[in-house]
Amino acid sequence: MTSIDMPWYLQFIIVAFLLFGALVALIGSWGLAKLPDFYTRLHGPTKASTLGVGCTLIGSLLYFSLQQEGISVQEALVTIFLFATAPVSAHMMGKAALRRRLKGVPGTRNMPER
Amino acid sequence: MISSFRTRQFWLPRPLFSLFLALLWLAMVNDVSVAHALLGLGLGVAIPFTTHAFWPEEAKIKRPLPLLRYLLVLLVDILRSNLVVALRILRPARYLQPGFFVYPLTLDDDFAITILASTISLTPGTVSLHYDAEANTLLVHALHLEDEEEAIATIRERYEQPLEEIFR
Repeated sequence: MTSIDMPWYLQFIIVAFLLFGALVALIGSWGLAKLPDFYTRLHGPTKASTLGVGCTLIGSLLYFSLQQEGISVQEALVTIFLFATAPVSAHMMGKAALRRRLKGVPGTRNMPER
Repeated sequence: MISSFRTRQFWLPRPLFSLFLALLWLAMVNDVSVAHALLGLGLGVAIPFTTHAFWPEEAKIKRPLPLLRYLLVLLVDILRSNLVVALRILRPARYLQPGFFVYPLTLDDDFAITILASTISLTPGTVSLHYDAEANTLLVHALHLEDEEEAIATIRERYEQPLEEIFR
């Protein structure tokens, strides 16, 4: 057991960030499972997960900055790398799907004919 | 682009980028000491030196202030888009109206287009899928597409015009 010595309101803020992040990540994963076709599923990991991970990292940043001496900046780096790489992977997966002519869900507007 | 052995271009193609890499290294090891500063600087020189043959032409950031404003707008929009997409996921799928649209670009700088495409992927309900270099268009998929014209106008106003201002 590690002892946590910080005021209750700081603990409360950190827990709130962690829980909110976990909730958003859960919704994102739920979307990945239930959205109707490949193209709509692309939206889950690029967005809902960035906020989920972002909130978790803010919680981690606050906790380690308050527990240890000095602020910890590694979490900020993780966020930057995440924001820089998530769109690229989504773009590549989407391109592969287009190349393989995956069908969209019925009712998709302007499905590209290629 | 071939430059001779004696010039700065050859050994240190982008000094600011080298400095950025060194600072990034220090932040990553979370430890500011002379040894790590030297190692970071070494990496900052070595990485651009070995990879700069693969880089596109240098993009010129003309105005840093609009860039800062752009990043702030982007941060707020990422927050908003996350919430919007989360709500759409929770609602039953029959309310969704996914669709594709073609976005005609007015930017012509590769780096600026890359940033715009990433921005589109990070913001409300849209993912950029394909860049057509000949027609200079982006194919975009929207999770919920009601009005194409409106979606295109929003992207143009909110992201493309500020980017034009930054890279002009």
